[in-house]
Amino acid sequence: MPEFVLTVARFGFLILLWIFVFTVVGVIRRDLFAGVRSKSIVASPRGVGGAMPAGRPAKVKRGKAARQLVVTAGQLAGTRITLGELPITIGRAEDSTLVITDDFASARHARIVPRDGGWFVEDLGSTNGTYLDRGKVSGPTPVPLGVPIRIGRTSLELRP
Amino acid sequence: MKTQRNAELGLLAFAMVLVAAYGATVEANRIGEITPTFWVPAALLSVLFLGLHVVVRFTAPYADPVLIPAVALINGLGVGFLRRLDIGDALSEKLPVPGIFAGIGGRQLAWTLGSLILAAILLLLVRDHKVISRYAYTLGLVGIVLVMIPAVLPSSLSEVNGAKLWIRLGGFSIQPGEFAKLALVSFFAYYLVRKREVLSLASKRFLGIDFPRGRDLGPVVTVWLLSLLVLVFEKDLGTALLYFGLFVVTLYVATERASWLIIGLLLFFGGVYLAYLLGASVGGPFANFYDRAQVWLDPFALSNYERLGGSYQLVQSLLSLGTGGLFGSGPGAGSPRFVPEVQTDFIFAGMGEEIGLFGLSALLVVYLLIVERGMRAALNVRDSFGKLVAGGLAFTLGLQVFVILGGITGLIPLTGQTTPFLSAGGSSLMANWLLIAMLLRISNAARGPAASGAGSDRPGPGPKKAPTQLHGAMTEVIQP
Repeated sequence: MPEFVLTVARFGFLILLWIFVFTVVGVIRRDLFAGVRSKSIVASPRGVGGAMPAGRPAKVKRGKAARQLVVTAGQLAGTRITLGELPITIGRAEDSTLVITDDFASARHARIVPRDGGWFVEDLGSTNGTYLDRGKVSGPTPVPLGVPIRIGRTSLELRP
Repeated sequence: MKTQRNAELGLLAFAMVLVAAYGATVEANRIGEITPTFWVPAALLSVLFLGLHVVVRFTAPYADPVLIPAVALINGLGVGFLRRLDIGDALSEKLPVPGIFAGIGGRQLAWTLGSLILAAILLLLVRDHKVISRYAYTLGLVGIVLVMIPAVLPSSLSEVNGAKLWIRLGGFSIQPGEFAKLALVSFFAYYLVRKREVLSLASKRFLGIDFPRGRDLGPVVTVWLLSLLVLVFEKDLGTALLYFGLFVVTLYVATERASWLIIGLLLFFGGVYLAYLLGASVGGPFANFYDRAQVWLDPFALSNYERLGGSYQLVQSLLSLGTGGLFGSGPGAGSPRFVPEVQTDFIFAGMGEEIGLFGLSALLVVYLLIVERGMRAALNVRDSFGKLVAGGLAFTLGLQVFVILGGITGLIPLTGQTTPFLSAGGSSLMANWLLIAMLLRISNAARGPAASGAGSDRPGPGPKKAPTQLHGAMTEVIQP
């Protein structure tokens, strides 16, 4: 084998190895953002209303969109949940999105669901109730940005 | 979410092209010509991995697309390197080029087949990873028994190169500790899911760190003692570190308390230092450990280099890596046989000489990505058991790579660990492929649509179903 071919093979292999690594990273990257754009898994929060019109992405009509749910008070203070297109359940049950270990919270206390580009809070028949700012939540209620939702000792806010 | 199976197939094909390219370069460098059959090992491996890919398509369609190709690349390069050793050995004895199924390369190919069959069986049998938690205590017992067997057996049946890690039956030997880690991870995960509230809530605050209560420390101390027993009787720091690290990290993941990491590290370093002091003064079962520490502290000292079982191997490994430099001598152009045990523990040193820092770091990144995908599955899956199992398994894999790579580069005292998927040896390959099968199963649950689908989210009258729609949702809890 001529020296030239060996050198090409030697460096070619290394370059190919790194191209593989970057291809893998590319797949991971695509995978990471695939969920954000996909519209197929928009859950339809029943009990709040009909399914969202298929194919229409959730858009906010006024103001900024809520991107995060931040716990401002209580044991989990500082926790942030990045909002997607699925409802957030809150309660003591282990399978809730936000598990609150608070004596004043019920197992399935409340949930926050996206609808028409905004977010609605809904009490799930909790013992001690869910409060939006000062008012008790009885039905699905729209949640403006920065207004505290109170559950037991925990407060939550939507943030852009 | 899309299944991403086609992405997996594409990456797999790419990985196999790399393996074939590696084989061709080896032959060009070693034999001087590329034989017409250079592609056969890569083609055989492709068929095997394709088989697993098809099984995954049917049994875990939403599994992570990166795991199989990444592992297949490392496994394939391992087979390629072992075949390269066979070719080198045969040529240095003026023998003809060995066949594809001959030598350690051929045996590794057969082991790969066995491992992939095991992985496929696991994927076929276990359709839901939560089922495993039913057998948690059995698995825990099996794990401990597996760890203990080599320690109890007489040395003639269990000792290879001074480490009592084996069960040797005739010409056949298995390393039960490799399989034990899978069983132990499942048991730890189950135990900690049940105990996590107690462990994380009942604590005293001291010096700004939350310390758990004395009685909650029981299991940790037990496992610590167990791993020290392994250390003493099986003369194997690596395995001890692996088990202990595994337990501490699963504990940390379960409770989110850094105090466990601090306690764990203190206990481990305390134990190791104690073993070192005992080795210096008492000797006996600790002597081996003291010797290894000496080798680590100063491998180039003449007294260490010339002693039997001294630093010769480590020095050869360091020189080998140094000879390789940045870009290596090219696959097949090095002289890996200068390093003793280059086919098992020191395979990274042998490969490092030929593919250099540049290639070696690419392999390390591939390992990193495998671990990252495992952690990602742990983050995304909703049930705590799955989280802890996936996190624990991914961490074990990472720790094992760290322990052996740290060992052969002189960063930490050298201990006998196999390099996952790369080293010659059936036990390690089988156990690690089983580990990957578990990760595939859990990532399938984490990303699947059974998870993100279909209207079972109404909490209301009737049997309360877990709101499975949250599996793999884009909602992600990020702790600050």
